[in-house]
Amino acid sequence: MASSGRTMLAKIWDQHVIARLGDDTDLLHIDRHLLHDLGGSRGLLDLKSRGLAVHNPDLTFATPDHAISTARGRAGTIKIGQELLAALRVETSASGIRMFDIDEPGQGIVHVIGPELGLSLPGCLIVCGDSHTCTHGGLGALAFGIGSSELTHVLATQALIQRRPKTMRVKFEGKLPLGVTAKDLILALIGHVGAAGGTGYAVEYAGSAIRELPVEGRLTICNLSIELGAKMGMVAPDEKAFEYLRGRPYAPQGEMWEQAVEAWRELPSDVDAQFDREVLIDVTKIIPQVTWGISPEHVIGVDGRIPDPQAIDDPARRAAVETALDYMGLKPGAPIAGTPVDWVFIGSCTNSRLSDLRAAAEVARGRKVAPGVRAWIVPGSETVKRDAVAEGLDKLFTDAGFEWREPGCSMCLAANGETVAPGQRSVSTSNRNFVGRQGPRARTHLASPATAAAAAIVGAIADVRTMER
Amino acid sequence: MPKPFNKLTAIAAPIMRSNIDTDVIIRIERLVGNSIRGSLGKWAFGALRYLPDGSENPEFILNREPYRQAEILVTGPNFGCGSSREGAVWSLQEMGIRAVIGSGFGDIFFANCFQNGILPIVVDKEIVDGLAAEIEITQGAGRIGIDLEEQTITSPTGKTHRFEIDPRRREGLLEGLDEVMLTLQRDDEIRAFQAADRTARPWIHFTRKSA
Repeated sequence: MASSGRTMLAKIWDQHVIARLGDDTDLLHIDRHLLHDLGGSRGLLDLKSRGLAVHNPDLTFATPDHAISTARGRAGTIKIGQELLAALRVETSASGIRMFDIDEPGQGIVHVIGPELGLSLPGCLIVCGDSHTCTHGGLGALAFGIGSSELTHVLATQALIQRRPKTMRVKFEGKLPLGVTAKDLILALIGHVGAAGGTGYAVEYAGSAIRELPVEGRLTICNLSIELGAKMGMVAPDEKAFEYLRGRPYAPQGEMWEQAVEAWRELPSDVDAQFDREVLIDVTKIIPQVTWGISPEHVIGVDGRIPDPQAIDDPARRAAVETALDYMGLKPGAPIAGTPVDWVFIGSCTNSRLSDLRAAAEVARGRKVAPGVRAWIVPGSETVKRDAVAEGLDKLFTDAGFEWREPGCSMCLAANGETVAPGQRSVSTSNRNFVGRQGPRARTHLASPATAAAAAIVGAIADVRTMER
Repeated sequence: MPKPFNKLTAIAAPIMRSNIDTDVIIRIERLVGNSIRGSLGKWAFGALRYLPDGSENPEFILNREPYRQAEILVTGPNFGCGSSREGAVWSLQEMGIRAVIGSGFGDIFFANCFQNGILPIVVDKEIVDGLAAEIEITQGAGRIGIDLEEQTITSPTGKTHRFEIDPRRREGLLEGLDEVMLTLQRDDEIRAFQAADRTARPWIHFTRKSA
């Protein structure tokens, strides 16, 4: 080991090593294991079929989010979604795992409820069978998505074998310009380093713009780590993180709280820590972002033009752009603003928290959704929903012509049958514009909640900065 | 438990588009349910493999001979990015794929491959492009050889390329090891860690709701 300081990754990682297995690979303790309806009961049944028991039901928590309907009263939940929900209830109950059920505060998108309940804590190692588990890094946790086999491994052992990733630090410096949000920062970064720019790395987001961001914005930033290829992303915990967590249902209290905060203050990377890669982003140059293609790296400023394949020399890149534009039905060289939209989806583990709904409401207030556009608001959790209702946001949105839904993943990945129709165009606050992500042949443009709300009002992709009041 | 992987000589299909995500490899609706295994092979690459009317897309490489017999995929950059769905690996496995070769893979997809006895091989992009070109010249007839013990790939024209692999991953594949049972052999260490950690970080272990 060099004599330089340690990164936050190294500090958290080393606190979780049960056994060193050689070649930078360790058996790590898992502090929190989150289950959802899509893979949770499958993992528990798999374990049972192998004659094994859940190692630590006390460190395992579950909620349905992926396959349940977000219609009022959960009407129209597909049959298989109902079966998965029933199985999750039965299997968590049999194993003594706390499940946050429908209509109960605590239910919601698994990456929204973890922080909200105070289950996700700084320095905590969190896994979940979902790639957006990196979200929880916004509180200074080490959090990452796992597959089904690893999920079973964690259920059986409360541990996981992992190779230590390389480290990357991304510094966002400067003051956010008007209309620019956490979502725009992270999309701009993905455009800059590419969808594989973070592969093999744990990313730490730092710099003045990150320190200024509220916790919910940091969760949004970390959420998209996987879209730049990084399994994990994190932000150093600070007073904002501690204040966010204080008094939450599962956060420590009293003396234990003081003890925890003292330990959490030691977690940030040392000033002389060395990273394998450093990236510097000047946020004063960023404007609201929107994607034009089929990978999150296909992103431009909302005042930009759709790329022209003819202007690209590299044949592989030219072919990739042609494929994307063909799928998206876009004209090369045209301005992206003004592209007519059919759908607007405001929700997902990226952008469904109270601050996201407030940002969208600020744009929607006193205005009307354009004719022919369907616009959904899907709060991230039962608690977000209740808080928003208490502020009157549901009424504000429905008055403006938006549909107000129940919490869940919904149209982000369309696992519950809520889809954008083939060929239709959606502006979505979610995280993936992949081919067919929101439904077969659906066309997705990723954007911030404010930009998505602007698209709903204008009926086309629009620059929200021109709509400021 | 994964089947052991040692040597393989097989037809290989180049799928060179970059950023093929796991949503493209298998659509989510094919994975909703607890009894999906065994039905996934025909839905792998559904959006590329089938036309909107459900018929096969004759343009797609895996719908053409001899590539229908492929057991190896030669892939473009960042293959398997995106979602953690292990169904992506299961669907490839169920269509007969046993190894994937590329310049880089999505981290979670990469880990999921090993869990199922599929060998993901990372080599330089020039080597990947060279393999794809050789396959195309022989119209798919040229086979690729993989020797995990020796850590080599042999191209259709007989060029040998060495590849690197995490030694523990290599051993796991060669032996077809069951990671869960191996880790459970260390349960004393896990419990000792937890006992000490309860003192060091009690807030992690007292998960009763406090408010």
